[in-house]
Amino acid sequence: MMHFLLLLSRQGKLRLQKWFTPVTEREKKKVIREMTLMVLACPPRSCNFLLWRDLKIVYKRYASLYFCCGLGDQDNELLTLEVLQRYVELLDQYFGNVCELDIIFNFEKAYFILDEFLVGGEILETSKTVVGIAMEEAETLQETMEEYMSKPTY
Amino acid sequence: MTRGNASAFTGAMSPSVRLQEMIRVIRGARTQGEERGVIQRECAAIRAQFRQADNGTRSHNLAKLLYVHMLGYPAHFGQMECVRLIASPRYNEKRVGYLGAMMLLDEKQDASLLITNSIKNDLSHSSQYVQSLALCTLGCMGSAEMCRDLAPEIDRLLRASNSYIKKKAALCAVHIVRKVPELGELFTPASRSLLSEKNHGVLHGAVVLITELCERNPDTLEQFRKAVPELVQIMKGLVMSGYSPEHNVAGISDPFLQVRILRLLRILGRNNDTASDAMNDLLAQVATNTDSSKTAGSAVLYETVLTVMDIKSESGLRVLAVNILGRFLLNNDRNIRYISMTSLQKIVQTDHNAVQRHRGTIVDCLKDQDASVKRRALELSLALVSAVNIRSLMKELLLFLSSCPPELRAHTTSGIFNAAERYAPSQRWHIDTILHVLTTAGGDVRDETVPNLIQLITTATELHCYTVHKLYRALITDISVQSLVQVACWCIGEYGDLLLRGECEETEPVQVAEDDVLDALEMVLQSHMSSPATRGFALTATMKLSTRITHNVDRIRSIVSIYGSCIDVELQQRAVEYNALFKKYDHMRAAVLERMPVIDKSSPGHTNGESAGGSIKEMEPTKLTQEVVLPQGPANQVCDLLDLLGGSGEPLQPSPALSTTALGPVSSTAGGDLLDLLGGLDVTPVPPSVIVYEKNGMTLKLQTDKQTDTGMTITLTATNSTDRDITSLTLQAAVPKSVQLQMKAPSGDVIPAHGLGQVTQTVLLNNPNMVSLKMRVRVCYTSQDFVCQDTVQIDSFPSPAW
Repeated sequence: MMHFLLLLSRQGKLRLQKWFTPVTEREKKKVIREMTLMVLACPPRSCNFLLWRDLKIVYKRYASLYFCCGLGDQDNELLTLEVLQRYVELLDQYFGNVCELDIIFNFEKAYFILDEFLVGGEILETSKTVVGIAMEEAETLQETMEEYMSKPTY
Repeated sequence: MTRGNASAFTGAMSPSVRLQEMIRVIRGARTQGEERGVIQRECAAIRAQFRQADNGTRSHNLAKLLYVHMLGYPAHFGQMECVRLIASPRYNEKRVGYLGAMMLLDEKQDASLLITNSIKNDLSHSSQYVQSLALCTLGCMGSAEMCRDLAPEIDRLLRASNSYIKKKAALCAVHIVRKVPELGELFTPASRSLLSEKNHGVLHGAVVLITELCERNPDTLEQFRKAVPELVQIMKGLVMSGYSPEHNVAGISDPFLQVRILRLLRILGRNNDTASDAMNDLLAQVATNTDSSKTAGSAVLYETVLTVMDIKSESGLRVLAVNILGRFLLNNDRNIRYISMTSLQKIVQTDHNAVQRHRGTIVDCLKDQDASVKRRALELSLALVSAVNIRSLMKELLLFLSSCPPELRAHTTSGIFNAAERYAPSQRWHIDTILHVLTTAGGDVRDETVPNLIQLITTATELHCYTVHKLYRALITDISVQSLVQVACWCIGEYGDLLLRGECEETEPVQVAEDDVLDALEMVLQSHMSSPATRGFALTATMKLSTRITHNVDRIRSIVSIYGSCIDVELQQRAVEYNALFKKYDHMRAAVLERMPVIDKSSPGHTNGESAGGSIKEMEPTKLTQEVVLPQGPANQVCDLLDLLGGSGEPLQPSPALSTTALGPVSSTAGGDLLDLLGGLDVTPVPPSVIVYEKNGMTLKLQTDKQTDTGMTITLTATNSTDRDITSLTLQAAVPKSVQLQMKAPSGDVIPAHGLGQVTQTVLLNNPNMVSLKMRVRVCYTSQDFVCQDTVQIDSFPSPAW
């Protein structure tokens, strides 16, 4: 299973963090720091697979963002590259020509999309269209501000 | 400039713009301090908003807090707000609430328990999107307690719901099983029936769940072996199906699902012939038909190879798999080369020859720029070393060492040493290789390299001249690598005479004078680069040269006396002792500083080498061998030589002229003749005794008084046939390591002349491990004004009287 997924900017700023195992805040910060150092230091055209502690690290750079995840030892690294690719495509499908700013200003959407794709460190849905439909339908449940105000409170 | 004062909420503005406004403002901060200020203000406003009654902004405030949290600022005050929002009837608020829970709460927080009830309710909500929120959250962060609580609900959803919910319930079940393995039994029936679903999402979740169940429970594994044909069918369907736009990735139909099925098949086929047979054809088909020009196809092939190698596959299939790995090795893509080597590493023990065929390519990968690829290539190369390829492969490894990344150096050096140890074609090659490593990467070798190399050098007796020449040359070139300098000093100290002789068979001899050699050692002594241990080596080596050179002994004397006031305590002690050796014990100096005996490999301090049973060399008492391996000051050496046989602590005055370390076999002639020589000493019938030593008129006999399985008592009797008394008799004994020795007080130390008396000493031996008993005895005595010292070996003991 995937242990964590991090999105890091080229300057080392965290844009998204998803943890699939229970980790304390302190430990999270430590992992983020170490991942940032490791992954940002890799020269271009390096191998995308690294070893760190007892995890396999798979990372891929898309424009100004590094997608970096930690895997268990039974996981298929090449397939994980496809998983990262698929997530980027899902973001692109939702935002249209996605760029880092989209993920910064709409970070909650990035998480919602992720939650339709991965759960508990495993792949949830292998079809792009199904994820897209799910996101659309969930959006229709979102109501506008005025509707909120007119709803009775409990 | 901060736009939109946080405390004044303007109803006309759309809430999500507020969030984005805040983000924009934070990003606009020019310094860290400014950012902190903005965030503090925003957090204060958010806190205030949380305390207010519901005004429709709660979800957005929480979202703002989550953004702030991602920047690294504390957000714990939002935890209760998450709990509240999750309980809200509004989907928007639930959504952000659950997101917040997953980000701010984990099972270690107490607050996480508070959402259990909400999750339970939401699992039966009428809207599948609300259900989905609950399932996702439970599947990501559910604690063991929550899992136990909600497992039956999940099982219900696994059976009766639409595919959107089923797939989420499946992964939720996976999480539950990981947290509370006993609950696996609950999900087993439902998971079986899920395999007949057509929906890929559900199918994928089912395969993951079944994998998890089988990994944890051998009975479940047995049960699911029956599902192998079904899985094979599903897989066939994926591989043979035409283009499906929904699931196609670079020409492969749903590679994610294919890989998971292959992984499950691996677990089911492991150690089981029937299951392995049932999947053989399928694996062959996938291996041959999958297009690996893109990553997706390679991922499937990779998983296929792993499965083939792990189950009981036909040999043809195995060959096919290894060939795929070989092809991967030649791929341009670094990632593919990397995983190829990872897989080859897994099978290098079992399919050694198959992997050997690819040695050339693997060795080429040592030269790759990428650190990950290099590391894999190194591991694999070390695993491929054999007696046949040791020379060529070592060349490559040494080349690699000279340019390898620093984090791999220590591993490389120890790998090279191990390989050299096992497969060295000759001692000279072995020594050369170690020296090469020390010159290239001497700072990254393990501590035991120095004693190991010294031991190796002593055993290569014909190469002493060659070795000392090589090391001398290395020393005068560079004294910065401590390990190399230490070995070089030791060698020069030990074999300096060979260096000065000016002739050498194996290599070009150097023409050095004694002063040159002493200069080199003094340079090491005085250099700032030398560690204290290294300086110790150099000082001892200098001292040892005093018996190997002829002209410059005075220079050595002065060096030694200077260091008598060195600040370093260890050096000072040594110098003082050497000084004493020059002044008071000059007659012992040659003996003390003579050539070391060949050091035995099985002594402590060596991690490898098994002790050959019963060899003579094995009998060194423990504390002696330690000191022999790591040279220390001669004062210690003097004591050690004196203590060679342990046992009696009486001081001895060994005479260099007569001392020997002869380990010759015992001359145990029949007792008859000698009894006659000794005259009528033995009047009473005695148990049979053997003569173990006879020289200079002194005879030593041994008799066994008592013998049990685990020990014996013996008596040593010394008699004197000369015309003058033998005085200062001392006997010392040494036995194999596991045997305990106790020498009782001798009856005296004077053996009367003409056989008129004797000295006896009783020795108790305790042999709990019942090893073969041997003993070495050292006799020391003064006869006819000469001090004599001899050692005898006793390999067998006479039987006792009863």
